Amino acid sequence: MTEEKKGFFRGLVEKMTGAGSSYPDAAILDERKEEGRPGFFERLKSGLSKTHENLVGRIDTLLLGKKQIDAETLEELEEILLTADIGVSTAVELIRTLEQRLKRNELQDADALKSALKEEILARLARHCAQLDIGSHSPFVLMVIGVNGVGKTTTIGKLACRYTSEGKKVLLAAGDTFRAAAAEQLEIWGERTGVDVIRHQEGADPSAVVFDACKAALARKCDILMVDTAGRLHTKVNLMEEMKKIRRVIGREIPGAPHETLLVLDATTGQNALSQAKLFKEAAGVTGIALTKLDGTAKGGIVVAVCNEFKIPVRYIGVGELAEDLREFDPTQFVEALFQ
Amino acid sequence: MFDSLSDKLDLVFKKLRGQGVMTEENIKDALREVRLVLLEADVNFKVVKEFIEKVRERAVGSQVLQSLSPGQQVIRIVHDELVSLMGGGEDNSLDLAAKPPVAIMMVGLQGSGKTTSCGKLARFLKGQRRRPLLVPADVYRPAAIEQLKTLGRQLSIEVFDSRADQDPVDICRNALKYAELSGFDTVLFDTAGRHQIDDYLMNELVRIKDVANPREILFVADAMTGQEAVNVAGGFNERLEITGVVLTKLDGDAKGGAALSIKAVTGKPVKFVGLGEKLDALEVFHADRLVSRILGMGDVLTLVEKAHAVFDEKEAAKLQQKLKKSQFDLEDFRNQLRQIKKMGSLESIMGMIPGMGKMMKQMQGAGPSEKELKRIEAIIDSMTARERADHAIINGSRRLRIAKGSGTTVQEVNQLLKRFTEAQRMMKQLQKLGPKGLMRGMGKGMFPF
Repeated sequence: MTEEKKGFFRGLVEKMTGAGSSYPDAAILDERKEEGRPGFFERLKSGLSKTHENLVGRIDTLLLGKKQIDAETLEELEEILLTADIGVSTAVELIRTLEQRLKRNELQDADALKSALKEEILARLARHCAQLDIGSHSPFVLMVIGVNGVGKTTTIGKLACRYTSEGKKVLLAAGDTFRAAAAEQLEIWGERTGVDVIRHQEGADPSAVVFDACKAALARKCDILMVDTAGRLHTKVNLMEEMKKIRRVIGREIPGAPHETLLVLDATTGQNALSQAKLFKEAAGVTGIALTKLDGTAKGGIVVAVCNEFKIPVRYIGVGELAEDLREFDPTQFVEALFQ
Repeated sequence: MFDSLSDKLDLVFKKLRGQGVMTEENIKDALREVRLVLLEADVNFKVVKEFIEKVRERAVGSQVLQSLSPGQQVIRIVHDELVSLMGGGEDNSLDLAAKPPVAIMMVGLQGSGKTTSCGKLARFLKGQRRRPLLVPADVYRPAAIEQLKTLGRQLSIEVFDSRADQDPVDICRNALKYAELSGFDTVLFDTAGRHQIDDYLMNELVRIKDVANPREILFVADAMTGQEAVNVAGGFNERLEITGVVLTKLDGDAKGGAALSIKAVTGKPVKFVGLGEKLDALEVFHADRLVSRILGMGDVLTLVEKAHAVFDEKEAAKLQQKLKKSQFDLEDFRNQLRQIKKMGSLESIMGMIPGMGKMMKQMQGAGPSEKELKRIEAIIDSMTARERADHAIINGSRRLRIAKGSGTTVQEVNQLLKRFTEAQRMMKQLQKLGPKGLMRGMGKGMFPF
């Protein structure tokens, strides 16, 4: 499976250099799909296989040869959960629940413990799970926020690709006016997907870009307006204020908007993701999460922690480089893949 | 998000008062707290385990010193061990002693901050009278080359003219030749972000390394990285033999425990830290500061440096004189507010002062927020120069005018004046007590605003 994936990437590079263009266009992406790419579930599984090995593999070793489960085993389980970046409070909570079930003699052996842990994690993910209803408003305004380098622009690019292929009319707003060449990056995604991008000069007021974009989205009768924003650390007060202003401008131009404020989190991030979720939620009322870079990391645990502590649904996960590797989050599938 | 380690340990050791020697028994709880703090700071689990063992060995049987509480003593051991683990005192300067052009390669995961760090490093080298050439070798991410070119323009540093349809290895070979011909003494290669398990792209890095023969290969790591840091750094080190680490995004509230994991796994020193989005926000790494940050012990040195950079020395001297003569007026007060504002958010400043973490919690709601400070400034701005010099003359009608002018209410003006009078009185008292009294006064909750 991993071999195959590399093969795809090599193919991608060859195609890029061969075609004289550096970017895969829609045709290449389609072609690759036809090459018999394994299904999404397979790829998710492979993307998560390291998580799986790490988490479940270690639980297996731990329980090997143990018919009975004692408190010590649970303590070690707690450690394993911690190393999966699941977050201290969530790990403690999970263990507490398992302990209670242990006391009630519900858990007799390793298998029972495993499925109980699976159930508990799934329950926490499923409690706050809802998919995005793009059709509910027109234009549907989606604002993407997050710290620096988590993959905001890439996520927007992938989403644009997805919605365009669904026949929606998409407009992008290049709200990152700070980082060098951020608007160019979004424009390249726009070219790839045939979507218009509203941009200003570097250093312009992002709220002004967004104002123009809202006007354009209304005038052009777009279905979806996606607003890119500059990466900002959640502790920078002035940058968080700037973001609030962007939000206010959107809400003033299109009442009720933004309909979705998507916080992008990097799966390699550890405990700080909790602080990010907290402060961004306070400042911008985050309504959904996109978890990126899940293909290279060993830990998916942070989703459980964030979902559980802040009651924000995970909307999308990114499991690869290609546009179609951004998928809707399905907790059952996610936990299944985690425990297979 | 959590109490500092010292608060927690104080609690643990409360029940241990009067015991002379630390035993296996009585430090068990303390070590559990240490372990949790390290885990919460994203230090890798295995590293934590080994580390705790080391601390246990040193702590068990050691005499409880008279001058320190057991909690403080454990913290001291933890602190010292962490600093030595981080390679405190080791040389972590850039090694550029080779025949020019000397090559530096930046590698790392996507979004860790390689391109920005490249720009910052080029600026740093330029400050050291070197002549760097920036080479964009990221042909995969859209507009990555454009990003480095823009940074080069901002810094007036030449950027090699790469194109996205070229092979990264060719780019590096040509760039090196160009640097030699044009008299650049340092070449910075900005490579594309990649996962350490991506064989194809990792091979590309090895090929670039063979071509460029870099003196330094810097692994750029995000300070927010979790447990995964070990695998990533280990993977990169195995393939490339990195020479050092750049820890980025340390200006946020991430503890940066990943740095400990990376150091433990690769043995390579952290050479620089990135502390902001601007191109001058790159600093040489100090092990003890990071350790204090992880342990939540405050970062006085950074605070002092920050204050030093921002505060106008003449202004400060003048203020001190005035304080001595008890002539502190509203004008000085406003200047102080402005200087504090320049240093960043009030919370971040307070966080850097040891022990203030606890105090801030107590003061929650009592202390002024950023917003209130703004209103206070507005009120003072609406006063006349004479009123600022002598607040006693502010009568009812003046108060009404000030409230109207600043968009506040008379009550708020009253409150400010009352607080100011109190502060003035306190300063007079503190003046008599000296610096020690200042701390005591603050401890009692006499913090004026």
